[in-house]
Amino acid sequence: MSSLSSQDAANARRQMRRRRLQAFLFVVPLLLFILFAFVAPITTMLFRSVYNPTVAELVPETLTMLEDWDGETLPDPAVVTRMAIDMKRMAGNRTSGRFADEINRALPGMSSVIKSTARGLRRADDAELAANGAEMLLAENDRWAKPATWRAIRSAGQVYTSSYYLTAVDLEYDAEGEIIMRDTQIYKQLYTKTLKMALIITGLTMLLGYPLAFYMSQASPATANFLMVFVLLPFWTSLLVRTTAWIALLQAGGVVNSTLIWAGLINEPIELLYNEFSTILAMTHILLPFMVLPLYAVMRGIDSSFMRAAISMGSNPIGAWYKIYLPMSLPGLSAGALLVFIISVGYYITPALVGGTDGQMISNIIAFHMQVSNNWELAAALGSLLLILILVLYWLFDRFVGTDNLKLG
Amino acid sequence: MSPLPDYYTIWHKAGHYGLRIMAALVLIFLMLPILVIMPLSFNAEPFFTFTQGMLSLDPDAYSTRWYQEIVDDQKWRIAIRNSFLVGIAAASIATVLGTLAAVGLASPWMPFKRVITALLLSPMIVPLIIIAAGMFFFYTQFNLVGTFTGLIIAHAALGVPFVIITVTATLSGFDRSLFVAGLSLGASPIKVFWDVVIPLIRPGVISGGLFAFVTSFDEVVLVLFLAGPEQRTIPRQMFSGLREQINPTILAVATLLVVLSATMLFVLEALRRRSARLRGKE
Repeated sequence: MSSLSSQDAANARRQMRRRRLQAFLFVVPLLLFILFAFVAPITTMLFRSVYNPTVAELVPETLTMLEDWDGETLPDPAVVTRMAIDMKRMAGNRTSGRFADEINRALPGMSSVIKSTARGLRRADDAELAANGAEMLLAENDRWAKPATWRAIRSAGQVYTSSYYLTAVDLEYDAEGEIIMRDTQIYKQLYTKTLKMALIITGLTMLLGYPLAFYMSQASPATANFLMVFVLLPFWTSLLVRTTAWIALLQAGGVVNSTLIWAGLINEPIELLYNEFSTILAMTHILLPFMVLPLYAVMRGIDSSFMRAAISMGSNPIGAWYKIYLPMSLPGLSAGALLVFIISVGYYITPALVGGTDGQMISNIIAFHMQVSNNWELAAALGSLLLILILVLYWLFDRFVGTDNLKLG
Repeated sequence: MSPLPDYYTIWHKAGHYGLRIMAALVLIFLMLPILVIMPLSFNAEPFFTFTQGMLSLDPDAYSTRWYQEIVDDQKWRIAIRNSFLVGIAAASIATVLGTLAAVGLASPWMPFKRVITALLLSPMIVPLIIIAAGMFFFYTQFNLVGTFTGLIIAHAALGVPFVIITVTATLSGFDRSLFVAGLSLGASPIKVFWDVVIPLIRPGVISGGLFAFVTSFDEVVLVLFLAGPEQRTIPRQMFSGLREQINPTILAVATLLVVLSATMLFVLEALRRRSARLRGKE
């Protein structure tokens, strides 16, 4: 027996390094792809929630000049003149609308002021503007004479801001810079509602999924495989198809209403669609397989002789189930529950199509701010909060259930 | 079902049959909505409900006009073409890159395995609306919004986790000494990968690719944010159809999609069995 020489050790280390590098090289292409296609976009969104350069890019000189302003009186005429010149330029290159939107968020009512001022100053003479732009701006609208307007411009001009996060939790800065509650409490209520709906959906999938998974686990393998098709087919069917199906079933002239009228139970069609009820029903249907599959996987591994033994020894079935079967099936139940809960918290399509106004969830409001109100920074802040919520839930999932149990189909 | 044991009381039996009925009701709940749309798609009238004629099985109450509509309407034809184009391209990227990465991750020498796996699986966890918003912000800077390239990249990223999971599952039964044997005989890692590893893990690769394809084929949130009018896909077309003017063409499309997913399910099940058999032999 000869011991390992330093030469051998160096060789072994080199070989080890080569193998590590070799394994890593296989992963590199995908890693780069995911960094570009997925990680960078998410990072951009997180950044966007505290970063808004729009106003700073539109009126840079005015903002620089406002830095020395005390915030209490009307700013220096030079500043006001500069603003008037900026207004004309923005009216000319069609950016005044964006400016109006941004300032309006800081001070409601400013949108129309800025738009009408822009229209008024669009054809103003350059030399005249440079000479007495201040008077011309003040003549357009008396709100230009209010310090609050200038404070709004100054605060909207901040490139980095926490104000979108404050808005996302229904808070805001008041005139003195203190954090206060907003008059309209929208988002906290929306988060609560989203969590409530997700909880109801999770509860319903448990209620429906548990007996089915239990029955399938007790059935013969052939029966179980056959029944599995009825779980997997909906699972594999496009969620738009399933949402379409619920619209066909629930709408005023739809199958459910027609059947109820035909059976004489109701005289007029009842409102089943475009509310919280239809959202919860359709989402329960769509997410039910996510509950059944992990439950069934766990239940199939439970030896049914434990239950039989308990029952044959005189326990009633409910007691036997509660004391013996439930604890053993708990890993499957918690896996399914967390999975359904995580997916439903971030759901968008089904509430958007069948939710009407009272079935909207947090994702729908994010989409609204992205597409309709164009308040992208607020959408990013709301999205970041949702992302944090999902990551916490997923961390819990990993701790208590383990991601190794995640299987497909 | 075997006969019930003699010691069962009436309550045990009630529970037993109660469970059966409950399971049957849940299965009906799962299947009924999907089954209902099929006959409705043959409705001769432009309604989403059964007409008197349909209920009395009058042949005139049924027609294939909505299927004809799909063929005739250029919008649907373009949507179908786009869906397959984006789906196949995205699934190809996800499958090639994902399979390579899964092989690397399966190596016992892979550094930072946990972190990298978590990173590569993360597109599956993050809600689509967040991905859509982020991609919209980021892809705009590269002029990728409103292009096929942007949509394909986005969908490929969504499909990656499925490829990683299925290929990793197949690789768990893969004998690594085969890889080492190939290397020791002088083949390059690429050649060993192509000639030894790929044939053995092929079922996992194909089902991963199918998962990635279905993910893209069914996806609409990213399409809503990233696609322009020229990149409209089938789900996007259905989405606007459901929002604007509901007509049975959507039911006809839905029926075709159900048939497609049934086929897909059948193929995947066959692949799973084949993979299990291959692994069982070792």
